[in-house]
Amino acid sequence: MAPTTRKPHTCRNPDLIRGVGKYSRSKMYHKRGLWAIKAKNGGTFPKHEKQAVAAAPTEKPPKFYPADDVKKPLVNKRKARPTKLRASITPGTVLIILAGRFKGKRVVFLKQLTSGLLLVTGPFKINGVPLRRVNQSYVIATSTKVDVLGVNVEKFDDKYFGKKVEKKKKKSEGEFFEAEKEEKNLLPQDKKDDQKTVDAALIAAIECVPDLKTYLGARFSLKAGMKPHELVF
Amino acid sequence: MPFKRYVEIGRVALVNYGKDYGKLVVIVDVIDQNRALVDSPDMVRGQMNFKRLTLTDIKIDIKRVPNKKTLIAALEAADVKNKWENSSWGRKLIVQKKRASLNDFDRFKIMLAKIKKAGVVRQELAKLKKETA
Repeated sequence: MAPTTRKPHTCRNPDLIRGVGKYSRSKMYHKRGLWAIKAKNGGTFPKHEKQAVAAAPTEKPPKFYPADDVKKPLVNKRKARPTKLRASITPGTVLIILAGRFKGKRVVFLKQLTSGLLLVTGPFKINGVPLRRVNQSYVIATSTKVDVLGVNVEKFDDKYFGKKVEKKKKKSEGEFFEAEKEEKNLLPQDKKDDQKTVDAALIAAIECVPDLKTYLGARFSLKAGMKPHELVF
Repeated sequence: MPFKRYVEIGRVALVNYGKDYGKLVVIVDVIDQNRALVDSPDMVRGQMNFKRLTLTDIKIDIKRVPNKKTLIAALEAADVKNKWENSSWGRKLIVQKKRASLNDFDRFKIMLAKIKKAGVVRQELAKLKKETA
């Protein structure tokens, strides 16, 4: 029996009812073995000397006292955490997006980012939804799962999806009145390649299941007689 | 039109209200004008108002208030489970339960299957129309 592992000790003084223990003070004194500690130490409890308190540096009295009492802000020990992920959403779950450009689209969940948003992909070839972030509140989680073991999503984080900061060009007077040259927002090639690599593994897994590809390509809509509160997703 | 299904000892009934909704129970005794003593293999024997029960066609052969073992044996002997599941009422309930538990993916697959079936039916119809035309 290893000396470090011990069975957790059960309570020595179980409650008869709340606030009333089974054993009296004197019985508990005996049970805890305080008499043995005293006997070992010659009739008194072992004492240790107080640690010498380092003398605090003498503070100068402040030069200025505010006229009215200044209130101190309350202590806030909260830590920022990503939104709690619903238990029904696990990597590979098929989600239904409820709002935005892709509303109704059925989409595969990849991972939750540190901001709390969900990283999601169509796959792009199947339904036109690229690698995208989506909020958990605007999503219905179905119970259909896709195998995502072959997919590596380590490199995607919130910075990947952030807006590109452009240097502001100073305009001279003449240029101000010219029509602003519209710079087309072309998707950089490396983002397209990322999409392709993520989707390749996913599509292979999706094609193993019959009808799953057409399912992901179709949009969800409520038809007559469907009651959302009674539907099992 | 006389009554065909009577409240009697051994009548199998379906619970239509309350905690045991949807269960099949056996009437083992009548308490008074409104209540019956009711029992089932998976519940504690207790009273139930007749208004909570819908009588079925099935009746088993038991004496008044049998013990659980005898009741279960009688249910097996009369093969209540299979009779119920093969009856049209029982089958309807099974289909309703299945429909309610369908996944979003299942509903999609059913839609595809319905379209396919309708296509085949329409093809046959077109063939028959052509022959008679």
